[in-house]
Amino acid sequence: MKPLDPRLLRRARGARVFLAASVLIGVASGVLIIVQAVLLAHGIAGVVLRGSRVTAVAWGLAAVVAGRALLVWAQEVVAQRAAAAVKSTLRRQVLEHSLKLGPVWLSGERSSALTTLLTKGLDDMDPYFARYLPQLVLAATVPAGVIGWMATGDLIAAGTVLITLPLIPIFMALIGWVTQARSRQRQHALAVLAHHFADVVGGLTTLKLFGRAKSQESAVRRVTDQHRAASMGSLRLAFLSSFALELLASLSVALVAVGVGLRLVDGKLGLETALMVLILAPEAYLPLRQVGMQFHASADGVAASEEVFRVLETPLPARGERTDVPDLRVSPLYLYDVTVTYPGRDVPALEGFDLELRPGEVVALTGPSGAGKSTALAVLLGFVAPERGMVVAAGSAADEFDPVEWRRQFAWVPQRPGLRLGTVADNVRLGRPDASDDEVRLALLAAGAPDLLLDKPVGEQGQQLSGGQQRRVALARALITDAPVLLLDEPTAGLDADTEATVITGLRSSGRTVLMVAHRPALIAAADRTVTVGARELVNA
Amino acid sequence: MKSLQLARPQRGVMWRLWLALLLGVAAAGSAVALLATSAWLITAASAQPPVLLMMVPIVAVRAFGVGRGVFRYVERLVGHDAAYRVLGETRARITGRLEKLAPLGSQRKGDLLARLVLDVDAVLDLWLRVLLPVAVATVTAAATVGLLAVLLPTAGAAVALAVLIACTVVPWLTARTAERAERNVAGARGDVAATTTESLLTAADVVAYNAIDSVLDDFSRRDAHLAAAERRSAWSAGLGSALLVLCVGGASVAALILGSTAHITGAVFAVLVLTPLALADVLGGIPAAAQLAIRVRASLDRVQELVDTPAPVTEPAKPLPLPTGRDLQVNLLRAGYDGPDVLDGLSLDMPAGSRVVITGPSGSGKSTLAAVLLRFLEPRGGEVLLDGVDLARLEGDQVRSVVGLLTQESHVFDTSIRENLLLAKPGVSDLQVWKALYRARLGMLVEKLPQGLDTMVGEHGARLSGGERQRLAFARLLLADRDVLVLDEPTEHLDEETGRALLADLFAAAGNRTVVLLTHRPELVPPHVPQQFVCLT
Repeated sequence: MKPLDPRLLRRARGARVFLAASVLIGVASGVLIIVQAVLLAHGIAGVVLRGSRVTAVAWGLAAVVAGRALLVWAQEVVAQRAAAAVKSTLRRQVLEHSLKLGPVWLSGERSSALTTLLTKGLDDMDPYFARYLPQLVLAATVPAGVIGWMATGDLIAAGTVLITLPLIPIFMALIGWVTQARSRQRQHALAVLAHHFADVVGGLTTLKLFGRAKSQESAVRRVTDQHRAASMGSLRLAFLSSFALELLASLSVALVAVGVGLRLVDGKLGLETALMVLILAPEAYLPLRQVGMQFHASADGVAASEEVFRVLETPLPARGERTDVPDLRVSPLYLYDVTVTYPGRDVPALEGFDLELRPGEVVALTGPSGAGKSTALAVLLGFVAPERGMVVAAGSAADEFDPVEWRRQFAWVPQRPGLRLGTVADNVRLGRPDASDDEVRLALLAAGAPDLLLDKPVGEQGQQLSGGQQRRVALARALITDAPVLLLDEPTAGLDADTEATVITGLRSSGRTVLMVAHRPALIAAADRTVTVGARELVNA
Repeated sequence: MKSLQLARPQRGVMWRLWLALLLGVAAAGSAVALLATSAWLITAASAQPPVLLMMVPIVAVRAFGVGRGVFRYVERLVGHDAAYRVLGETRARITGRLEKLAPLGSQRKGDLLARLVLDVDAVLDLWLRVLLPVAVATVTAAATVGLLAVLLPTAGAAVALAVLIACTVVPWLTARTAERAERNVAGARGDVAATTTESLLTAADVVAYNAIDSVLDDFSRRDAHLAAAERRSAWSAGLGSALLVLCVGGASVAALILGSTAHITGAVFAVLVLTPLALADVLGGIPAAAQLAIRVRASLDRVQELVDTPAPVTEPAKPLPLPTGRDLQVNLLRAGYDGPDVLDGLSLDMPAGSRVVITGPSGSGKSTLAAVLLRFLEPRGGEVLLDGVDLARLEGDQVRSVVGLLTQESHVFDTSIRENLLLAKPGVSDLQVWKALYRARLGMLVEKLPQGLDTMVGEHGARLSGGERQRLAFARLLLADRDVLVLDEPTEHLDEETGRALLADLFAAAGNRTVVLLTHRPELVPPHVPQQFVCLT
């Protein structure tokens, strides 16, 4: 894990500004720490040796204390503001990039993982900005200044600190390196425990059904005890690195103090210098200790930012440039020997698929589930690039064209339509943003939903509509476009026979080319022809 | 705080927590003592006494230097051990309580439980990052104040005031500003989260309709609100930490002024002025602990709220013995969850061995009926009779030894196929397990797996397909050998074809058991199966 990811500075302007401000604040803090030490030493020595008055020193000190408080506050303000700006920049970039990577890349677990990352995950960066990075800057600025100033008074003490200070990160790294495996074991043990608890709690109803729930309380207790014993063993090693840090830091201060004390006895050093060295010595170690302490608190944030960069650095698929997409109202569309294998799968989702789609015809795609019918539609939409074979229109391959322009030729009704928060009309207008209310109403009518009110809210993920209504809204959304080709994935699933008939009439009367995945006999009968997508051997599901 | 009850340490852990506190104070105290003895040593040394006189303070300085690291290390070990023990006990307690509450109402259950599992972990934070550090800081600071008061009462009083502010006003201010900031951004944050979720869920539609730009514009607008709210609340962040710096620095300045005119030796004077500086380190953790305390409290409150949910059924004080007949009769049943009655006067006759299909749109009370049949929910009126005996007069476990349930999301445990099945009937032979698998039509698949019955199914059965998961749950139900099978939307997440096949197999495998199928997709029911068709509205 890098202490500071250069990609963060490159991607987010807020982070650069923040770093600059933190360095300024860090330098100022260093100066104030030194001034405070000098004033205190001067004040104490003055009283002890000469019995002088402390009024002037006290005022000076009060000013220094106020200044330090101000800097602490300023640092926090700057950090919070920077975190807000950086999170905002990254959120937008990740969302844009993942939308551009496309729905296939986004499918399944990745979508929910990304949602978590963009909402909760990025908020974990707050401690990274507010605590870890500033301490890192302080660790780079303060010790140098402090040691430098100590050197002007007492070279030996400065030398002691200079030698012991670098030992801390070296020891920590060494110990961390040695104990890495054990600390992973411990993380693992803890994860197992949490997982066992989650599994039991999630399955309590099932356990209760089989009369096994009552024994779970003691089972949780037993499993916890076993794993705790194991993880304590690893903790003994895992805490060694912070032990080394604490021990070296405080032992070094003790060494400096004793050394200075002995040189005082020998008369080689003045009291004022000695006090100054004593006050400054812990300050040289403090930022490093803080970095060590904040390291774990910010680990989640670092992990989140790494996740962000993994997304942002996923290369976008190559895209064509041509905008002169052939008009599919007149040009037929061909799929030749199209084979698609989704990433991470062994078996192709669609294999050697051929299709000719002539303008104006209605074609039904049939075949067993999992044969690749939906994949064929995804290929036409450019969601997934065929691994072999090609899509051709008017003598040009589809991938030569700008995908945005290419997609204007198609309107799509997916198996599970994604409706956006808003009204029914808002969702239909995704097909054509400038459509009038009457046009929206007409589209709904053709989609077999004449009774749906335009201003009815669809709710989160369309939950306020029934499954059939969602599908009809999606159908209306497709019908309202002026795309020549409709790609429909089981458009009438969940509809009753009468509505289905209306929908079929609506489709046929639109005069557009239709390619639809169909299971139901009525829908298949309505097509001009049927194409069966290759039936490969299925696992017994 | 009532929710603290949840995280209370059990017997045998209390002394460990006290020990951790003691060690923590020893560690923090060593840091203070290191500075105090060093200050004394140096100032005394400047009078150039014989070196021999300096030996005791020199040894003390070195000892304190070593002590902080060592004590701190042991404290962390003891503290973690104790906190893990408390967490384990809390988890066990909650499991025991949830057992009585399962299945926890009707909906949102998944989210609720996922959250619960994370929230319970707050117990660790409570002890390790809030209570112990704050206690260590307070005790150490108090002891330091005591030492300074002995040296010079006025200086002691001044430092006491600073410590008092650091231990009361600082955490209060930190918590308050954090809470305010949280309140100010919560709305905007929720908005951004909702938009993000939606944009990713509808990504395919958005891309297909070339609407990426408008979606991003919409998102940016909401995101700008959030960023602006966060920037505004930034101003109050750090006030607590700044105040802490003022306290500690102020204590030092006060000691300097008060000590300079007092009749004390130079060494004591140096101790008075420099010791407060060590308090910065001791008290430094307080703002962070205060901030964390808010989150810990919110988590524990949520857990408490869940745990405090009243039990959905009351077990009879004197349960009747289980009758032998298996005829079920529902008479004028009224039932519902929090809201109004979902079932209002339902009557049904389900003789032993009958097939009943109950259909109706979602929300019409199908799952509510299932819950009543399994004694997961107390009827508000009417009764359900098993061979003439009201279910309410039987123990819940008795009822469930007769009535079995398969739902749309039967839980599959993250263990082997065998363990998942044996749960239904511990100790049965592999032969019976295989029989159940074959009757659920999963036998062929399991036989082909290289590890057979020992195949691990993954978290929530992730390594199985939706249809396979349901078949595994069905095999488990068959193995349990219940006389009445309630099937609640068993085909919900399956595509049409898979669902149809599953239902046909379910009915075929049920044999002479009573089958109650609750579904909103009656078209998937194999023809000629049902003897009774009931439609709820």
